[in-house]
Amino acid sequence: MNDVLLDIRDLRVTYTTEEGLVVAVDDLNLQLRRGETLGLVGETGAGKTTTALSIMQLVPSPPGRIETGEIFFDGEDLRRKRLEDIRNVRGNRISMIFQDPMTSLNPVLTVGFQIEEAIMLHQRLSQRQAGRKARDMLKLVGIPEGRAGDYPHEFSGGMRQRVGIAMALSCNPELLIADEPTTALDVTIQAQVLELMRRLRSEFGTSMLLITHDLGVVAEACDSVAIMYAGAAVETADTERLFTNPRHPYTRGLFGSIPSLDEDVPRLSPIKGIMPDPTELPTGCRFHPRCPAATGICAERTPVMVAVEEGHEVDCMIYEGLVPEARIGEKED
Amino acid sequence: MLWYITQSKVYRMHRYIFRRLLLLIPVMLGVSFLVFTIMFFTPGDPAKILLGERAPEAEVQALRTQMGLDDPFFVQYGRFIFNALRGDLGRSLTTRRPAALELFARFPATMQLAAMGVLVAVLIGIPIGIVSATRQYSVFDGASMVLALIGVSMPNFWQGIMMVLLFSIVLRWFPSSGYGTFAHLIMPSLTIGTSSAATITRMTRSSMLEVVRQDYIRTARAKGLSERVVITRHALKNALIPIVTVIGLQFGYLLGGAVLTETIFSWPGVGRLMVDAIRQRDYPVVQGGVLMLALTFSVVNLLVDVLYAYIDPRIKAQYK
Ligand SMILES: Nc1ncnc2c1ncn2[C@@H]1O[C@H](COP(=O)(O)OP(=O)(O)O)[C@@H](O)[C@H]1O
Ligand SMILES: [Mg+2]
Repeated sequence: MNDVLLDIRDLRVTYTTEEGLVVAVDDLNLQLRRGETLGLVGETGAGKTTTALSIMQLVPSPPGRIETGEIFFDGEDLRRKRLEDIRNVRGNRISMIFQDPMTSLNPVLTVGFQIEEAIMLHQRLSQRQAGRKARDMLKLVGIPEGRAGDYPHEFSGGMRQRVGIAMALSCNPELLIADEPTTALDVTIQAQVLELMRRLRSEFGTSMLLITHDLGVVAEACDSVAIMYAGAAVETADTERLFTNPRHPYTRGLFGSIPSLDEDVPRLSPIKGIMPDPTELPTGCRFHPRCPAATGICAERTPVMVAVEEGHEVDCMIYEGLVPEARIGEKED
Repeated sequence: MLWYITQSKVYRMHRYIFRRLLLLIPVMLGVSFLVFTIMFFTPGDPAKILLGERAPEAEVQALRTQMGLDDPFFVQYGRFIFNALRGDLGRSLTTRRPAALELFARFPATMQLAAMGVLVAVLIGIPIGIVSATRQYSVFDGASMVLALIGVSMPNFWQGIMMVLLFSIVLRWFPSSGYGTFAHLIMPSLTIGTSSAATITRMTRSSMLEVVRQDYIRTARAKGLSERVVITRHALKNALIPIVTVIGLQFGYLLGGAVLTETIFSWPGVGRLMVDAIRQRDYPVVQGGVLMLALTFSVVNLLVDVLYAYIDPRIKAQYK
C-alpha cells in the first residue's frame, strides 16, 4: 500500500475578483502520510481554506479556479476524476470539518438528519439503521442521542462543532480535513473539542490535515507541520524538528523567539509588515519584503525547496547558500 | 397539564395564534372606520337612491330619519360596527337583500380566482426562480428576468384585454367571459397571476442566490450530495422563508387585482359586485366588501406566519 495518502503537487488556485486575479494558492507542494496528522499553519489569507477546498474539489467557481497541479489521493489524481466519482469520495473517503460551526449546519434540518443523510448516501443501510448510527455518532462525540431531533440553533458553538465532527466521521473516512475547527470557539471549549478530535482520530485510525494558525494546537495534535505563506509551503518538517529547529525566517518570526516543546508554546506573534496583496505577489521570494535577512537577490530569484536535514525542507535561499544567515534570529525592535 | 401550559411548543403556538387573532380587532376597526368615513363623505343620498330621483322630498326625508341618516357621524358609525359584529351589514340599496348574503354568494368565486392566481404564480415563479439562480447569468436567467420585468410592469386590465383579443377572438381557444368551467378559469387566473408570478420569480431567484452562498450549502456538498439534493433539500427550504412572505402579500394584491380582472371577464366575484355597487352608490355592499376582503387578507397572512414556523424551526422557538 502506498505510504503517502495525499500528495499535492504544484497546485495553483486563483480567484477572479474586481480588484484583479487573486493567487490564493501558488505552487503548493504537500505530502501527508497514511495515519499521520499534518498541521497546515499560516496567517489568515495564506490560502489554507482554498487548499482544503481544492482537495474536496469544492473551490467555488466562479470566481475560483484550480489552474494547475495534481492532487493525488491514494494514488489517484482527484482533479481527473469525474464529478460522480468525486461525490463518492466526498464525505465518504475524505470529509471535512469547517471553521465556523455557527454557519456550517443547515438551520432548518435536525442535526440527526444531517448526520443520517451522509450515512444513507455512502453506506448500504436502511433509514432505521442510518438513524441508529447517527445517534451513535452523536453519543460518541458526547451529545445525548435524545437530542438528534433538535435543530442547530438549540446547540452551543462547541456542541455544533461536535455535531460537525460526528458528521465528518460518520462514514469512517481515510482523510479528515479540519479547517481551523476550534478557532471560532471559546478557549476552554477549544481544548475539549481538540481532545475529542485527537481521541477519535486514533480510535478510527483516520489521517488528518489539521488547518490552524495556532502553534499550540500543532504542538498538541500534529505529527508533522507545513508552514504556509502567501499560497505556498515555505517549510515542512515533523513537529519535533520544526519546534526545536525552525529554519525559515518566517517560521522563526511565527515563534517570536526560539521556542522549545517544554516551554509554554507561544501563539503566533505578529511579524513586521503585512501579508502581501494577493493580487500582486512580490517577485522572487514572496516573503522578502518582510524578511529581516533579505538581500538583493531575494527580490529577483525564486528560492527552491532544500532539505536541511532528513524530512525537513525549507524554501529559503539561505539554505541554498545564496544569502548569509547571520542576520536572522537577531531581535529586531 | 401544568407542563403543557408552560412548556409545550404546541401551546405556545396556540397562544401566538390567539394573540394574532386579537390583533385583528384593531386592524378591522381601522379598516371599517376608513371605509365608513369615505363612504359617509361621498356625495349621494342613500334614501334618494332607494326611492329614485323623482321621489317627493318629504318621503325622502322620512326615510332618512327612519334609516338614521340624520344622526351624527359617530352614532352612525357605532351602529354600523354594532350591526356588523352581529353579521348584519345592512341591506343592499339595489336588490334590498342583506349585503352580507350578496357578498357571501360572490365570495367563493373570488377565492377560487385568487387561489388559482396564487397557484399559477407559485407554479411558474418558484421553478423558474430556482433554475435562474442555479444558472445565474445564463441565457435562461437573462430571458426569465426580462420576462419577469415585463410581467410586473404589465397592467392587469391591458393584459386581460390582450388575452381576450388573442385567445378568444383570434384563436378561439377560451371563452372571453363567464364562469363555471375550467376553461373559463384559465384566462382570468393567468391575468391575475402574471405579475405575482413575476414577483415570485424574482424573489425566488434572489433568495436562492443568497442561500447557495451559505456555509451550510458547502457542508452539504462536502458530504457528497448531488447538486439536485443540495438545491431541493438544503437550499430551497431555507430560501422559501422570504418567498412565503411574498406569497402572502401577493395574495392580498390578487384580491385587489380581482376587482379589475373580474370586471373584464364578467367573473361573478366580490370584486365585480363591488364595482357595480360603487357605480350605483350601494354603500352597504361597498363597505361590507372592503371589510370582507380586508379580513380575508389578514387571515391569509396569519396562516402564512403559522406556515413560517413549520419551515423555520428558529421562528417556532420564538413563539412565547
Ligand atoms: N470566494 C473567494 N473569492 C475571492 N477571493 C477569495 C475567495 N476565497 C478566498 N479568497 C482569497 O484567497 C486568499 C486565500 O484565502 P483562504 O484560502 O481563505 O485563506 P486562509 O484560509 O488561509 O485564511 C485570500 O486572499 C482571500 O481573500
Ligand atoms: Mg480559512
